[in-house]
Amino acid sequence: MEIVYPAFILVLAIFLGFELISKVPATLHTPLMSGSNAISGITLVGALIASGTGGEATSTFLGTLAVAFATINVIGGYLVTDRMLGMFRKKKGAAENE
Amino acid sequence: MNSAILANFAYIVAAVLFIYGLKELGSPATARRGNIISSVGMLIAIVVTLAAQGIIDFRWIAIGMLIGGIIGVLAARLVAMTAMPEMVALFNGFGGLASLLVGWAALYGSSVSEFTIVTIVLSVLIGGVTFTGSMIAWAKLNERITGKPIMFPGQSIVNALLMAAILVCAVLFAYEPANVNFLYAIIVMSFIFGVMFVIPIGGGDMPVVISLLNSYSGLAACAAGFAIDNLLLIVAGALVGAAGIILTGIMCKAMNRSLGNVLFSGFGSATASGGGETGEVKPISAEDAYYILEAASSVLVVPGYGMAVAQAQHVLKELQGLLEKNDCEVVYGVHPVAGRMPGHMNVLLAEADVSYDALLEMDEVNQKMETYDVAIVVGANDVVNPSAREDESSAIYGMPIINVDYAQTVFVLKRSMAAGFAGLQNPLFFKPNTRMLFGDAKESIGAVVREFSG
Repeated sequence: MEIVYPAFILVLAIFLGFELISKVPATLHTPLMSGSNAISGITLVGALIASGTGGEATSTFLGTLAVAFATINVIGGYLVTDRMLGMFRKKKGAAENE
Repeated sequence: MNSAILANFAYIVAAVLFIYGLKELGSPATARRGNIISSVGMLIAIVVTLAAQGIIDFRWIAIGMLIGGIIGVLAARLVAMTAMPEMVALFNGFGGLASLLVGWAALYGSSVSEFTIVTIVLSVLIGGVTFTGSMIAWAKLNERITGKPIMFPGQSIVNALLMAAILVCAVLFAYEPANVNFLYAIIVMSFIFGVMFVIPIGGGDMPVVISLLNSYSGLAACAAGFAIDNLLLIVAGALVGAAGIILTGIMCKAMNRSLGNVLFSGFGSATASGGGETGEVKPISAEDAYYILEAASSVLVVPGYGMAVAQAQHVLKELQGLLEKNDCEVVYGVHPVAGRMPGHMNVLLAEADVSYDALLEMDEVNQKMETYDVAIVVGANDVVNPSAREDESSAIYGMPIINVDYAQTVFVLKRSMAAGFAGLQNPLFFKPNTRMLFGDAKESIGAVVREFSG
Protein backbone atom coordinates (compact mmCIF):
# COMPACT_ATOMS: atom_id res chain seq x y z
CA MET A 1 0.00 0.00 0.00
CA GLU A 2 1.22 3.45 -0.73
CA ILE A 3 1.86 5.15 2.62
CA VAL A 4 1.83 8.81 1.66
CA TYR A 5 -1.72 8.96 0.32
CA PRO A 6 -3.58 7.73 3.45
CA ALA A 7 -1.17 9.67 5.68
CA PHE A 8 -2.09 12.81 3.75
CA ILE A 9 -5.79 12.14 4.33
CA LEU A 10 -5.10 11.40 8.01
CA VAL A 11 -3.46 14.78 8.54
CA LEU A 12 -6.27 16.66 6.81
CA ALA A 13 -8.91 14.77 8.82
CA ILE A 14 -7.18 15.61 12.10
CA PHE A 15 -7.12 19.32 11.23
CA LEU A 16 -10.76 19.15 10.19
CA GLY A 17 -11.62 17.49 13.52
CA PHE A 18 -9.85 20.24 15.47
CA GLU A 19 -11.76 22.91 13.53
CA LEU A 20 -15.12 21.21 13.98
CA ILE A 21 -14.86 20.53 17.69
CA SER A 22 -13.19 23.65 19.04
CA LYS A 23 -16.46 25.57 18.65
CA VAL A 24 -18.67 23.21 20.67
CA PRO A 25 -20.13 24.85 23.83
CA ALA A 26 -19.52 23.21 27.22
CA THR A 27 -23.19 22.27 27.54
CA LEU A 28 -22.79 19.74 24.75
CA HIS A 29 -19.51 18.18 25.83
CA THR A 30 -21.06 14.89 27.00
CA PRO A 31 -23.25 14.29 23.92
CA LEU A 32 -20.30 15.28 21.76
CA MET A 33 -18.17 12.70 23.49
CA SER A 34 -20.69 9.88 23.26
CA GLY A 35 -21.64 10.87 19.71
CA SER A 36 -18.03 10.93 18.53
CA ASN A 37 -17.50 7.67 20.40
CA ALA A 38 -20.25 6.12 18.29
CA ILE A 39 -18.37 7.29 15.19
CA SER A 40 -15.25 5.52 16.44
CA GLY A 41 -17.35 2.37 16.13
CA ILE A 42 -16.58 2.71 12.41
CA THR A 43 -14.07 -0.03 13.12
CA LEU A 44 -17.17 -2.22 12.61
CA VAL A 45 -16.53 -1.90 8.88
CA GLY A 46 -13.17 -3.57 9.35
CA ALA A 47 -14.73 -6.16 11.62
CA LEU A 48 -17.33 -7.09 8.98
CA ILE A 49 -14.64 -7.60 6.37
CA ALA A 50 -12.54 -9.73 8.74
CA SER A 51 -15.53 -11.80 9.76
CA GLY A 52 -17.25 -12.42 6.45
CA THR A 53 -14.73 -12.68 3.63
CA GLY A 54 -14.27 -16.39 4.17
CA GLY A 55 -10.64 -16.23 5.28
CA GLU A 56 -8.95 -18.34 7.90
CA ALA A 57 -10.98 -19.51 10.85
CA THR A 58 -8.91 -17.34 13.21
CA SER A 59 -9.77 -14.27 11.16
CA THR A 60 -13.47 -15.17 11.15
CA PHE A 61 -13.42 -15.72 14.91
CA LEU A 62 -11.60 -12.46 15.71
CA GLY A 63 -13.77 -10.60 13.22
CA THR A 64 -17.00 -11.89 14.74
CA LEU A 65 -15.91 -10.88 18.24
CA ALA A 66 -14.98 -7.47 16.86
CA VAL A 67 -18.38 -7.20 15.13
CA ALA A 68 -20.14 -7.79 18.46
CA PHE A 69 -18.09 -5.23 20.39
CA ALA A 70 -18.17 -2.62 17.64
CA THR A 71 -21.95 -3.03 17.26
CA ILE A 72 -22.42 -2.35 20.98
CA ASN A 73 -20.30 0.75 20.48
CA VAL A 74 -22.22 1.96 17.41
CA ILE A 75 -25.81 1.16 18.41
CA GLY A 76 -25.40 1.99 22.09
CA GLY A 77 -23.43 5.15 21.33
CA TYR A 78 -25.93 6.63 18.88
CA LEU A 79 -29.00 5.70 20.92
CA VAL A 80 -27.68 7.03 24.21
CA THR A 81 -26.57 10.26 22.53
CA ASP A 82 -30.02 10.66 21.01
CA ARG A 83 -31.62 10.00 24.39
CA MET A 84 -29.47 12.66 26.02
CA LEU A 85 -30.02 15.23 23.28
CA GLY A 86 -33.76 14.64 23.50
CA MET A 87 -33.58 16.11 26.99
CA PHE A 88 -31.74 19.24 25.94
CA ARG A 89 -34.44 21.70 25.16
CA LYS A 90 -35.34 25.25 25.64
CA LYS A 91 -38.05 25.44 28.24
CA LYS A 92 -41.34 27.01 27.17
CA GLY A 93 -41.32 29.46 30.07
CA ALA A 94 -37.91 30.78 29.11
CA ALA A 95 -39.03 31.27 25.54
CA GLU A 96 -42.05 33.26 26.65
CA ASN A 97 -39.96 35.62 28.71
CA GLU A 98 -37.94 36.63 25.69
CA MET B 1 -16.94 0.02 -12.42
CA ASN B 2 -15.95 -2.62 -9.91
CA SER B 3 -17.67 -2.84 -6.57
CA ALA B 4 -14.62 -1.86 -4.51
CA ILE B 5 -14.47 1.53 -6.22
CA LEU B 6 -18.20 1.94 -5.77
CA ALA B 7 -17.80 1.14 -2.08
CA ASN B 8 -15.12 3.79 -1.75
CA PHE B 9 -17.40 6.41 -3.25
CA ALA B 10 -20.09 5.46 -0.76
CA TYR B 11 -17.46 5.77 2.00
CA ILE B 12 -16.90 9.37 0.90
CA VAL B 13 -20.61 10.01 1.40
CA ALA B 14 -20.42 8.42 4.85
CA ALA B 15 -17.40 10.57 5.77
CA VAL B 16 -19.24 13.72 4.65
CA LEU B 17 -22.22 12.76 6.81
CA PHE B 18 -19.91 12.20 9.82
CA ILE B 19 -18.32 15.61 9.33
CA TYR B 20 -21.63 17.39 8.83
CA GLY B 21 -23.14 15.53 11.79
CA LEU B 22 -20.27 16.59 14.05
CA LYS B 23 -20.71 20.17 12.89
CA GLU B 24 -24.41 20.08 13.77
CA LEU B 25 -23.55 18.59 17.17
CA GLY B 26 -21.93 21.94 17.94
CA SER B 27 -25.15 23.79 18.71
CA PRO B 28 -27.94 22.72 21.09
CA ALA B 29 -30.66 23.52 18.57
CA THR B 30 -29.27 21.23 15.85
CA ALA B 31 -27.39 18.65 17.92
CA ARG B 32 -30.02 15.93 17.80
CA ARG B 33 -30.30 16.18 14.03
CA GLY B 34 -26.50 16.10 13.83
CA ASN B 35 -26.37 12.82 15.70
CA ILE B 36 -29.00 11.32 13.40
CA ILE B 37 -27.10 12.50 10.30
CA SER B 38 -23.95 10.89 11.63
CA SER B 39 -25.82 7.63 12.31
CA VAL B 40 -27.12 7.62 8.72
CA GLY B 41 -23.48 7.90 7.62
CA MET B 42 -22.71 4.84 9.73
CA LEU B 43 -25.64 2.92 8.27
CA ILE B 44 -24.48 3.67 4.73
CA ALA B 45 -20.96 2.54 5.59
CA ILE B 46 -22.22 -0.74 7.05
CA VAL B 47 -24.66 -1.56 4.24
CA VAL B 48 -22.12 -0.78 1.54
CA THR B 49 -19.49 -2.89 3.29
CA LEU B 50 -21.87 -5.83 3.50
CA ALA B 51 -22.88 -5.46 -0.17
CA ALA B 52 -19.70 -4.54 -1.97
CA GLN B 53 -16.64 -5.72 -0.09
CA GLY B 54 -16.67 -9.34 -1.17
CA ILE B 55 -18.37 -10.65 1.92
CA ILE B 56 -19.57 -14.17 1.25
CA ASP B 57 -20.43 -15.50 4.68
CA PHE B 58 -23.07 -13.61 6.63
CA ARG B 59 -23.76 -16.15 9.38
CA TRP B 60 -21.14 -15.04 11.87
CA ILE B 61 -21.75 -11.40 11.09
CA ALA B 62 -25.44 -11.84 11.84
CA ILE B 63 -24.68 -13.50 15.17
CA GLY B 64 -22.14 -10.83 16.15
CA MET B 65 -24.42 -7.96 15.17
CA LEU B 66 -27.41 -9.49 16.91
CA ILE B 67 -25.57 -9.94 20.20
CA GLY B 68 -23.94 -6.52 20.00
CA GLY B 69 -27.18 -4.86 18.92
CA ILE B 70 -29.21 -6.28 21.78
CA ILE B 71 -26.59 -5.32 24.37
CA GLY B 72 -26.23 -1.86 22.82
CA VAL B 73 -29.97 -1.13 22.75
CA LEU B 74 -30.50 -2.36 26.30
CA ALA B 75 -27.53 -0.44 27.65
CA ALA B 76 -28.59 2.79 25.96
CA ARG B 77 -32.20 2.48 27.10
CA LEU B 78 -31.64 1.33 30.66
CA VAL B 79 -28.68 3.39 31.82
CA ALA B 80 -29.50 6.08 34.38
CA MET B 81 -28.35 9.56 33.45
CA THR B 82 -26.23 9.68 36.60
CA ALA B 83 -24.36 6.61 35.37
CA MET B 84 -23.50 8.24 32.04
CA PRO B 85 -19.74 8.60 32.73
CA GLU B 86 -19.49 4.84 33.33
CA MET B 87 -21.46 4.14 30.17
CA VAL B 88 -19.24 6.34 28.03
CA ALA B 89 -16.17 4.67 29.55
CA LEU B 90 -17.56 1.20 28.72
CA PHE B 91 -18.40 2.15 25.13
CA ASN B 92 -14.93 3.64 24.69
CA GLY B 93 -13.44 0.39 25.93
CA PHE B 94 -15.50 -1.78 23.58
CA GLY B 95 -14.55 0.41 20.63
CA GLY B 96 -10.89 0.02 21.56
CA LEU B 97 -11.22 -3.75 21.92
CA ALA B 98 -12.95 -4.01 18.54
CA SER B 99 -10.09 -2.10 16.90
CA LEU B 100 -7.59 -4.38 18.59
CA LEU B 101 -9.37 -7.43 17.18
CA VAL B 102 -9.63 -5.90 13.70
CA GLY B 103 -5.91 -5.14 13.74
CA TRP B 104 -5.12 -8.65 14.92
CA ALA B 105 -7.35 -10.21 12.25
CA ALA B 106 -5.54 -8.16 9.59
CA LEU B 107 -2.56 -10.44 10.21
CA TYR B 108 -4.46 -13.18 8.41
CA GLY B 109 -5.29 -10.97 5.41
CA SER B 110 -3.92 -11.32 1.90
CA SER B 111 -0.98 -8.90 1.76
CA VAL B 112 0.98 -8.38 4.96
CA SER B 113 3.82 -5.97 4.28
CA GLU B 114 6.20 -4.55 6.89
CA PHE B 115 4.11 -1.40 6.94
CA THR B 116 1.00 -3.47 7.64
CA ILE B 117 2.82 -5.12 10.56
CA VAL B 118 3.64 -1.73 12.05
CA THR B 119 0.03 -0.60 11.78
CA ILE B 120 -1.23 -3.90 13.21
CA VAL B 121 1.03 -3.39 16.22
CA LEU B 122 -0.21 0.19 16.58
CA SER B 123 -3.90 -0.72 16.46
CA VAL B 124 -3.39 -3.60 18.90
CA LEU B 125 -1.40 -1.38 21.25
CA ILE B 126 -3.76 1.62 21.23
CA GLY B 127 -6.84 -0.60 21.23
CA GLY B 128 -5.52 -2.65 24.17
CA VAL B 129 -4.63 0.40 26.25
CA THR B 130 -8.05 1.93 25.48
CA PHE B 131 -9.80 -1.28 26.50
CA THR B 132 -8.25 -1.96 29.90
CA GLY B 133 -7.83 1.76 30.63
CA SER B 134 -11.55 2.27 30.08
CA MET B 135 -12.41 -0.75 32.22
CA ILE B 136 -10.36 0.67 35.11
CA ALA B 137 -11.98 4.08 34.59
CA TRP B 138 -15.38 2.36 34.63
CA ALA B 139 -14.53 0.54 37.86
CA LYS B 140 -13.30 3.76 39.47
CA LEU B 141 -16.42 5.69 38.44
CA ASN B 142 -18.59 2.85 39.65
CA GLU B 143 -16.62 2.77 42.89
CA ARG B 144 -15.87 -0.89 42.39
CA ILE B 145 -12.30 0.12 43.10
CA THR B 146 -11.14 3.13 45.06
CA GLY B 147 -11.38 6.49 43.31
CA LYS B 148 -8.16 7.53 44.99
CA PRO B 149 -4.93 7.39 42.99
CA ILE B 150 -3.18 4.03 43.35
CA MET B 151 0.55 4.53 43.51
CA PHE B 152 3.38 2.20 44.47
CA PRO B 153 7.15 2.63 44.70
CA GLY B 154 8.91 2.18 41.39
CA GLN B 155 5.74 2.73 39.37
CA SER B 156 7.50 4.87 36.79
CA ILE B 157 10.29 2.29 36.45
CA VAL B 158 7.75 -0.46 35.84
CA ASN B 159 6.03 1.72 33.23
CA ALA B 160 9.31 2.52 31.48
CA LEU B 161 10.27 -1.18 31.41
CA LEU B 162 6.84 -2.07 30.05
CA MET B 163 7.15 0.51 27.29
CA ALA B 164 10.63 -0.72 26.39
CA ALA B 165 9.42 -4.34 26.32
CA ILE B 166 6.53 -3.40 24.01
CA LEU B 167 8.95 -1.61 21.69
CA VAL B 168 11.33 -4.59 21.60
CA CYS B 169 8.49 -7.01 20.85
CA ALA B 170 7.20 -4.70 18.12
CA VAL B 171 10.60 -4.60 16.42
CA LEU B 172 11.07 -8.37 16.71
CA PHE B 173 7.59 -8.95 15.33
CA ALA B 174 8.29 -6.69 12.34
CA TYR B 175 11.35 -8.80 11.53
CA GLU B 176 9.59 -12.10 12.06
CA PRO B 177 5.84 -11.69 11.37
CA ALA B 178 5.36 -15.46 11.26
CA ASN B 179 6.03 -15.67 14.99
CA VAL B 180 2.66 -14.63 16.39
CA ASN B 181 3.92 -15.02 19.96
CA PHE B 182 5.39 -11.54 19.73
CA LEU B 183 1.93 -10.17 18.93
CA TYR B 184 0.41 -12.06 21.86
CA ALA B 185 3.04 -10.53 24.12
CA ILE B 186 2.22 -7.06 22.80
CA ILE B 187 -1.49 -7.61 23.43
CA VAL B 188 -0.90 -8.73 27.02
CA MET B 189 1.49 -5.88 27.70
CA SER B 190 -0.84 -3.29 26.19
CA PHE B 191 -3.57 -4.56 28.54
CA ILE B 192 -1.24 -4.17 31.51
CA PHE B 193 -0.17 -0.75 30.28
CA GLY B 194 -3.80 0.41 30.10
CA VAL B 195 -4.27 -0.56 33.74
CA MET B 196 -1.03 1.13 34.80
CA PHE B 197 -2.04 4.25 32.89
CA VAL B 198 -5.34 4.82 34.70
CA ILE B 199 -4.78 3.54 38.29
CA PRO B 200 -2.64 6.51 39.42
CA ILE B 201 -5.31 9.00 38.33
CA GLY B 202 -7.81 10.22 40.92
CA GLY B 203 -11.58 10.24 40.48
CA GLY B 204 -11.64 14.04 40.35
CA ASP B 205 -9.46 13.93 37.24
CA MET B 206 -11.79 11.53 35.44
CA PRO B 207 -13.05 14.18 32.97
CA VAL B 208 -9.53 14.32 31.54
CA VAL B 209 -9.13 10.55 31.41
CA ILE B 210 -12.50 9.95 29.75
CA SER B 211 -11.75 12.55 27.09
CA LEU B 212 -8.33 11.06 26.49
CA LEU B 213 -9.68 7.50 26.23
CA ASN B 214 -12.31 8.82 23.83
CA SER B 215 -9.50 10.16 21.71
CA TYR B 216 -7.63 6.83 21.91
CA SER B 217 -10.68 4.87 20.76
CA GLY B 218 -10.67 7.03 17.63
CA LEU B 219 -6.94 6.66 17.11
CA ALA B 220 -7.25 2.87 17.51
CA ALA B 221 -9.87 2.81 14.73
CA CYS B 222 -7.57 5.01 12.68
CA ALA B 223 -4.64 2.61 13.12
CA ALA B 224 -6.90 -0.32 12.25
CA GLY B 225 -7.81 1.60 9.09
CA PHE B 226 -4.15 1.66 8.07
CA ALA B 227 -3.84 -2.04 8.87
CA ILE B 228 -6.71 -3.06 6.59
CA ASP B 229 -6.15 -0.28 4.07
CA ASN B 230 -9.54 1.39 4.59
CA LEU B 231 -9.73 5.16 4.20
CA LEU B 232 -13.09 5.58 5.96
CA LEU B 233 -11.67 4.12 9.18
CA ILE B 234 -8.73 6.49 8.91
CA VAL B 235 -10.89 9.59 8.39
CA ALA B 236 -13.56 8.78 11.00
CA GLY B 237 -10.96 7.62 13.52
CA ALA B 238 -8.93 10.79 13.04
CA LEU B 239 -12.03 12.98 13.53
CA VAL B 240 -12.79 11.26 16.83
CA GLY B 241 -9.14 11.34 17.87
CA ALA B 242 -8.99 15.08 17.26
CA ALA B 243 -12.28 15.67 19.09
CA GLY B 244 -11.03 13.79 22.14
CA ILE B 245 -7.76 15.70 22.18
CA ILE B 246 -9.58 19.04 22.04
CA LEU B 247 -11.80 18.04 24.98
CA THR B 248 -8.76 16.79 26.91
CA GLY B 249 -7.10 20.17 26.37
CA ILE B 250 -10.20 22.06 27.56
CA MET B 251 -10.38 19.91 30.72
CA CYS B 252 -6.69 20.37 31.54
CA LYS B 253 -6.96 24.12 31.03
CA ALA B 254 -9.96 24.26 33.36
CA MET B 255 -7.77 22.76 36.09
CA ASN B 256 -4.71 24.83 35.24
CA ARG B 257 -2.65 21.68 34.93
CA SER B 258 -0.70 20.07 32.15
CA LEU B 259 -1.73 16.71 30.76
CA GLY B 260 1.49 15.24 32.11
CA ASN B 261 0.63 16.48 35.58
CA VAL B 262 -2.82 14.89 35.44
CA LEU B 263 -1.50 11.56 34.17
CA PHE B 264 1.54 11.09 36.35
CA SER B 265 1.33 13.17 39.51
CA GLY B 266 -1.18 11.09 41.48
CA PHE B 267 -2.92 14.32 42.38
CA GLY B 268 -5.06 14.09 45.47
CA SER B 269 -3.02 11.29 47.00
CA ALA B 270 -1.50 13.70 49.51
CA THR B 271 -3.58 13.99 52.64
CA ALA B 272 -5.00 17.36 53.68
CA SER B 273 -1.90 19.51 53.63
CA GLY B 274 -1.86 23.05 54.95
CA GLY B 275 -5.29 22.53 56.45
CA GLY B 276 -4.38 25.07 59.12
CA GLU B 277 -7.19 27.39 58.22
CA THR B 278 -10.01 27.08 60.68
CA GLY B 279 -12.70 29.34 61.90
CA GLU B 280 -16.31 29.26 62.75
CA VAL B 281 -18.75 27.75 60.33
CA LYS B 282 -22.28 29.11 60.43
CA PRO B 283 -24.91 26.43 59.97
CA ILE B 284 -28.34 27.51 58.82
CA SER B 285 -31.72 25.83 59.00
CA ALA B 286 -33.97 25.21 56.01
CA GLU B 287 -36.41 27.73 57.41
CA ASP B 288 -33.82 30.54 57.58
CA ALA B 289 -32.57 29.59 54.12
CA TYR B 290 -36.12 29.99 52.88
CA TYR B 291 -36.41 33.53 54.31
CA ILE B 292 -33.19 34.60 52.59
CA LEU B 293 -34.20 32.98 49.29
CA GLU B 294 -37.65 34.51 49.42
CA ALA B 295 -36.10 37.98 49.58
CA ALA B 296 -33.59 37.26 46.80
CA SER B 297 -34.09 38.54 43.28
CA SER B 298 -31.27 36.60 41.64
CA VAL B 299 -29.89 33.21 42.57
CA LEU B 300 -26.93 31.31 41.20
CA VAL B 301 -26.72 27.55 41.58
CA VAL B 302 -23.29 25.91 41.36
CA PRO B 303 -23.65 22.13 41.02
CA GLY B 304 -20.90 19.57 41.54
CA TYR B 305 -20.45 15.83 41.71
CA GLY B 306 -22.34 15.79 45.02
CA MET B 307 -25.49 16.79 43.14
CA ALA B 308 -25.12 13.68 40.97
CA VAL B 309 -24.54 11.46 44.01
CA ALA B 310 -27.58 12.86 45.86
CA GLN B 311 -29.69 12.89 42.66
CA ALA B 312 -30.68 16.41 43.64
CA GLN B 313 -31.26 17.79 40.12
CA HIS B 314 -35.03 17.24 40.08
CA VAL B 315 -35.70 18.88 43.42
CA LEU B 316 -33.39 21.74 42.36
CA LYS B 317 -35.57 22.27 39.32
CA GLU B 318 -38.59 22.35 41.62
CA LEU B 319 -36.91 25.03 43.74
CA GLN B 320 -36.08 26.95 40.57
CA GLY B 321 -39.77 26.96 39.58
CA LEU B 322 -40.83 28.29 42.99
CA LEU B 323 -38.17 31.00 42.96
CA GLU B 324 -39.12 32.09 39.45
CA LYS B 325 -42.75 32.32 40.50
CA ASN B 326 -41.47 34.62 43.22
CA ASP B 327 -39.90 36.90 40.54
CA CYS B 328 -36.41 35.68 41.22
CA GLU B 329 -33.99 34.97 38.39
CA VAL B 330 -32.27 31.58 38.65
CA VAL B 331 -29.17 30.61 36.68
CA TYR B 332 -26.73 27.73 36.96
CA GLY B 333 -22.97 28.23 36.88
CA VAL B 334 -21.25 25.11 35.57
CA HIS B 335 -17.52 24.64 36.00
CA PRO B 336 -15.92 22.80 33.05
CA VAL B 337 -14.61 19.97 35.27
CA ALA B 338 -17.57 19.71 37.64
CA GLY B 339 -18.57 16.06 37.85
CA ARG B 340 -16.86 13.03 36.40
CA MET B 341 -16.91 13.76 32.67
CA PRO B 342 -17.02 16.84 30.45
CA GLY B 343 -20.52 18.34 30.53
CA HIS B 344 -21.71 15.93 33.25
CA MET B 345 -23.74 18.56 35.14
CA ASN B 346 -25.39 19.83 31.97
CA VAL B 347 -26.72 16.37 31.15
CA LEU B 348 -28.18 15.89 34.63
CA LEU B 349 -29.83 19.31 34.66
CA ALA B 350 -31.19 18.72 31.16
CA GLU B 351 -32.67 15.47 32.48
CA ALA B 352 -34.46 17.51 35.16
CA ASP B 353 -35.84 19.70 32.35
CA VAL B 354 -33.75 22.79 33.10
CA SER B 355 -33.58 24.97 29.98
CA TYR B 356 -30.10 25.08 28.48
CA ASP B 357 -30.27 28.89 28.36
CA ALA B 358 -30.08 28.88 32.16
CA LEU B 359 -26.79 26.92 32.16
CA LEU B 360 -24.00 29.47 32.11
CA GLU B 361 -20.28 28.92 31.80
CA MET B 362 -17.76 29.87 34.46
CA ASP B 363 -16.55 33.16 32.95
CA GLU B 364 -20.07 34.40 32.39
CA VAL B 365 -21.17 33.96 36.01
CA ASN B 366 -17.88 35.24 37.43
CA GLN B 367 -18.37 38.57 35.66
CA LYS B 368 -21.74 39.08 37.34
CA MET B 369 -20.94 37.43 40.67
CA GLU B 370 -21.55 40.54 42.84
CA THR B 371 -25.06 40.86 41.43
CA TYR B 372 -26.24 37.47 42.72
CA ASP B 373 -28.09 37.73 46.03
CA VAL B 374 -27.55 34.08 46.82
CA ALA B 375 -25.14 31.51 45.43
CA ILE B 376 -26.15 27.92 46.26
CA VAL B 377 -23.30 25.44 46.10
CA VAL B 378 -24.73 21.94 45.66
CA GLY B 379 -22.15 19.23 46.17
CA ALA B 380 -19.28 21.20 44.64
CA ASN B 381 -16.11 21.82 46.59
CA ASP B 382 -12.78 22.22 44.83
CA VAL B 383 -14.25 24.21 41.91
CA VAL B 384 -15.40 26.93 44.34
CA ASN B 385 -12.37 26.82 46.67
CA PRO B 386 -10.95 30.35 47.06
CA SER B 387 -7.54 28.85 47.91
CA ALA B 388 -7.08 28.50 44.17
CA ARG B 389 -7.05 32.29 44.02
CA GLU B 390 -5.53 33.27 47.36
CA ASP B 391 -3.26 30.60 48.74
CA GLU B 392 -0.07 30.16 46.74
CA SER B 393 0.88 27.07 48.73
CA SER B 394 -2.36 25.30 47.82
CA ALA B 395 -2.23 22.31 45.49
CA ILE B 396 -4.95 23.83 43.35
CA TYR B 397 -3.46 27.36 43.27
CA GLY B 398 -4.04 28.93 39.85
CA MET B 399 -6.99 26.75 38.91
CA PRO B 400 -9.82 28.90 37.56
CA ILE B 401 -12.77 28.67 39.97
CA ILE B 402 -16.29 30.01 40.24
CA ASN B 403 -15.91 32.89 42.70
CA VAL B 404 -19.05 32.23 44.71
CA ASP B 405 -17.52 33.96 47.74
CA TYR B 406 -18.06 37.29 45.92
CA ALA B 407 -21.82 36.77 45.87
CA GLN B 408 -23.90 38.50 48.57
CA THR B 409 -24.67 35.29 50.44
CA VAL B 410 -23.40 31.77 49.85
CA PHE B 411 -25.25 28.61 50.83
CA VAL B 412 -23.09 25.51 50.87
CA LEU B 413 -24.99 22.23 50.83
CA LYS B 414 -22.76 19.59 52.26
CA ARG B 415 -23.00 16.29 54.02
CA SER B 416 -20.35 17.05 56.61
CA MET B 417 -17.16 19.02 57.06
CA ALA B 418 -15.03 16.42 55.26
CA ALA B 419 -12.43 17.78 52.86
CA GLY B 420 -13.10 17.80 49.13
CA PHE B 421 -11.84 15.36 46.57
CA ALA B 422 -8.40 16.91 46.41
CA GLY B 423 -8.18 16.47 50.17
CA LEU B 424 -7.97 20.22 50.71
CA GLN B 425 -9.64 22.35 53.31
CA ASN B 426 -11.97 24.92 51.82
CA PRO B 427 -11.73 28.46 53.30
CA LEU B 428 -15.05 29.25 51.63
CA PHE B 429 -16.83 27.54 54.53
CA PHE B 430 -15.38 30.06 56.98
CA LYS B 431 -16.16 33.26 55.05
CA PRO B 432 -18.48 35.71 56.82
CA ASN B 433 -21.11 35.53 54.03
CA THR B 434 -21.20 31.73 53.93
CA ARG B 435 -23.95 29.63 55.51
CA MET B 436 -23.74 25.86 55.73
CA LEU B 437 -26.81 23.74 55.08
CA PHE B 438 -25.71 20.35 56.37
CA GLY B 439 -27.25 17.09 55.25
CA ASP B 440 -28.08 15.22 52.07
CA ALA B 441 -28.41 17.78 49.25
CA LYS B 442 -31.69 16.33 48.01
CA GLU B 443 -33.27 16.41 51.48
CA SER B 444 -31.93 19.88 52.29
CA ILE B 445 -33.36 21.39 49.11
CA GLY B 446 -36.56 19.41 49.62
CA ALA B 447 -36.91 21.00 53.06
CA VAL B 448 -36.50 24.49 51.57
CA VAL B 449 -39.06 23.64 48.88
CA ARG B 450 -41.52 22.56 51.58
CA GLU B 451 -41.01 25.90 53.37
CA PHE B 452 -41.92 27.64 50.11
CA SER B 453 -45.02 25.57 49.53
CA GLY B 454 -46.23 25.57 53.11
